[in-house]
Amino acid sequence: MLRFVAVRLLQALIVLLVMSFLIYGLIGLMPGDPIDLMINANPNLSPSDAARLRALYGLDLPIWTRYLNWLAAALQGDLGYSRLISQPVLEVLKPRLLNTLLLLSISLVLALAIAIPLGVHAARKPNSVTDTAVNLLCFAGISVPPFWLALLFIILFSVTLGILPAGGMAPIGGDGGLAERLPYLVMPVATLTLVSIGGYTRFVRAAVLEQLRQDYIRTARAKGVSERGVVWRHALRNAMIPVVTIVALGFGSLFSGALVTETMFAYLGMGKLIYDSILGNDYNIALVGLLLATLMTLAGNLLADLGYAALDPRISFTETRT
Amino acid sequence: MAKDRTLLGTGLRLGCAAVALASALAGTLISGPAFAKDDLVIGAIQFPGTFHPSIDAMATKNYILDMARRPFTTFDQDWKLICMLCTELPSLEKGTAVEVTRPDGTRAIDATFTIQPGATWGNGNPITTKDVLFTWEVGKHPQSGITNSQMFAKDIVGVTAVDDKTFTIHWDKFRCSYDSINDFLLLPEHLERPVFEADPSQYRTRTLYDTDRTNPGLYFGPYRITRVESGAYVVLEQNPTWWGEKPSFKRIVVRTIENTSAMEANLLSGEVDFVAGEVGLSIEQAIAFEKRNGKRFNVVYKPGLFFEHIDLKLDNPILADVRVRRALLMAIDRDAISRQLFEGKQPVAHGQVNPLDRYYSDDFPKYPFDPAAAVKMLEEAGWKELRGGIRHDASGRRLSLEFQSTAGNRTRELVQQVLQAQWQKAGIEVRINNQPARVLFGSTMRERQFPGMAMFAWLSAPENIPRTILHSTMIPTPENGFSGQNYVGFSNPEADKLIDDLEVTCKEDEARPLWTRLQQIYAEQLPSLPLYFRSDSYIMPLWLEGVRPTGHQYASSLWVEQWRSKQ
Repeated sequence: MLRFVAVRLLQALIVLLVMSFLIYGLIGLMPGDPIDLMINANPNLSPSDAARLRALYGLDLPIWTRYLNWLAAALQGDLGYSRLISQPVLEVLKPRLLNTLLLLSISLVLALAIAIPLGVHAARKPNSVTDTAVNLLCFAGISVPPFWLALLFIILFSVTLGILPAGGMAPIGGDGGLAERLPYLVMPVATLTLVSIGGYTRFVRAAVLEQLRQDYIRTARAKGVSERGVVWRHALRNAMIPVVTIVALGFGSLFSGALVTETMFAYLGMGKLIYDSILGNDYNIALVGLLLATLMTLAGNLLADLGYAALDPRISFTETRT
Repeated sequence: MAKDRTLLGTGLRLGCAAVALASALAGTLISGPAFAKDDLVIGAIQFPGTFHPSIDAMATKNYILDMARRPFTTFDQDWKLICMLCTELPSLEKGTAVEVTRPDGTRAIDATFTIQPGATWGNGNPITTKDVLFTWEVGKHPQSGITNSQMFAKDIVGVTAVDDKTFTIHWDKFRCSYDSINDFLLLPEHLERPVFEADPSQYRTRTLYDTDRTNPGLYFGPYRITRVESGAYVVLEQNPTWWGEKPSFKRIVVRTIENTSAMEANLLSGEVDFVAGEVGLSIEQAIAFEKRNGKRFNVVYKPGLFFEHIDLKLDNPILADVRVRRALLMAIDRDAISRQLFEGKQPVAHGQVNPLDRYYSDDFPKYPFDPAAAVKMLEEAGWKELRGGIRHDASGRRLSLEFQSTAGNRTRELVQQVLQAQWQKAGIEVRINNQPARVLFGSTMRERQFPGMAMFAWLSAPENIPRTILHSTMIPTPENGFSGQNYVGFSNPEADKLIDDLEVTCKEDEARPLWTRLQQIYAEQLPSLPLYFRSDSYIMPLWLEGVRPTGHQYASSLWVEQWRSKQ
């Protein structure tokens, strides 16, 4: 088991290194550079100023030299400075990461808390009225555009009823504590939860339905195991393996954020930050943000692998010799 | 089964209860307006990247800083140059500006300014010529990261402190704009010198404007920044050391809401009072908002110096013929576009000089919508044969042009479609091929790779001499490192001379004929097709008064102390 984890961590390091080069290179391949963006914003910028600033920011160097410079500094713990936000990268990322983690983890927990019972319930009586209703709701959730849902919430709860703030993170002038932030979280969390419930419910329903057709379920029933035991202890446990995979794959998004929801609710998370940094040619933020998302996706997959063993004792990480 | 239902119900009930609890809590926290009328909440669609006045130019940063700082000189709402931090504009007539000859024989000019006697930084330190000298030192340092160092490092060859409050600017050559130091934005020597001297190359990352943003000593306007939540909002409170008219609002909050639909919802819910034209909604969004909610808000449109136009690549053999250029303009109904798409709020442009500019002349050819005349002119130019609705010349060449603009800009895409249809009627095939803004401006325009036409806007200052976009030395080429913004490749010796002469012709009555002739050349040659002057749209609450949009790049917030609540 330890060996398995060590090998996976080593693989993750290699993936991160390759990804860092690819991301840096891809951003570098985009037309224009930060100074071009400055020229657009300021037509009076003279050619000599543009050349001076390119040299100052190191943009006159070849892309691979810039990448190696960045890598050397990063290995010494210096992740650089955000050109767009005028702050060190870590200082920018830390609060954004926490905000995104808070928003998306609450949404994920809520979505799973609602999707699992719904999926199980639908699977137990396929093609029934309940199943049809659940499916309908699921497809509605999957189909609804998050920005539209967000706007609907804002109009209903902020403009018409006036009971929730239309956006932001906390009251202006407040201390930003959790109690203050709670009202500001309601609509973004509700939006994200509602748009992800559908997908999860469908996965749970399909997985449980599949398990309920298995022989061991018939055997369990024949042995007199209660219906509750059959569904929740036997079928659901086995059905969770594909669900865990899906959740693990989405783990990276916990850190890369939810762009549309963040933008609609003026929520300061990772999604908008990474998006802006790519468009604004802010290499340092974009690179570290995307690497973080990669790292978390890898970590999510590792956890999923470990989770499989917990869910199914037949899965083992020890090598078998024949 | 019953237990399952119970479990499902419990899950749903828990979710609902959480939302209900949070809603109830929110109701108690945000019930009533966010602020009393002592406060003004302004919505902005961007958050400033830096708060340093001379690093990176960004509309929102300037808008905020203009409440907390003042330039020496600026253009007012009537587009007249005025003093803000200085007491009086230097003048040749009064002797505060003197024509001189430099040791190398160059004809030049020295201009003397005096700082407002009561001017102090927010921490009580007086503003002196030490700050002026330090600002110049930082500005001209090649490593300081100041964006526009041209003025500091090249245009100004020296600054002399006469006393604590008076200083003289020594310009590199004689120039009529000697009295204008709009971009000489003062830095506090007593706070910033240690940071700068520690390592000039790191100054841009260590300036107190970004590491200690609420330090009162950084500001000297009616307000000072007291709180910054990066990416979310900036709080400004009255500056007790402000020497001018006392502002009315105790506190101003500039909130960032990047999504325009969310911005509208915030306006309607009362969480944002005011959206300023400089940093807010586009004109079509404002028009739509006014239609829906016009009774609750005062929506003001101010045409300005954003000159929307279509650059024509003059190297293109089709566009090299001025008759084709004129026909292109006569074939489009700009009045109808302005009326239908912008409710007439964006006036049609006939040239690049705005009618509000004092040097605007009406004495130049104009090209109103006249499809018959356009067709006639195309035929004169050899585009006689119509095949499949498209004109061809005698050699069988199609009258076909590529038309580019910024992808994703809804207004421009809509205008493109209208123009394409109107040109089609005249037998001109136009192929739309848009690119993201960063691609269009990052390489296509900068390296003159656009094959035919490109629609975008120029922003200029009042009385701005169009050297960078019309002078032949400003055509970007590989040899000059693609410097300059004369993307069309316009080269006209008479226009070059007029531009050179305008820079040294200071008397209005002498400059006016030169300006008139330059506008005539532009209209005769049509290096680009003028479309309209874009308007800024201000959505203000009915109780707010005193806000006067400027229409140029210097923000209305420079007069924030005149803003009042009627209630």
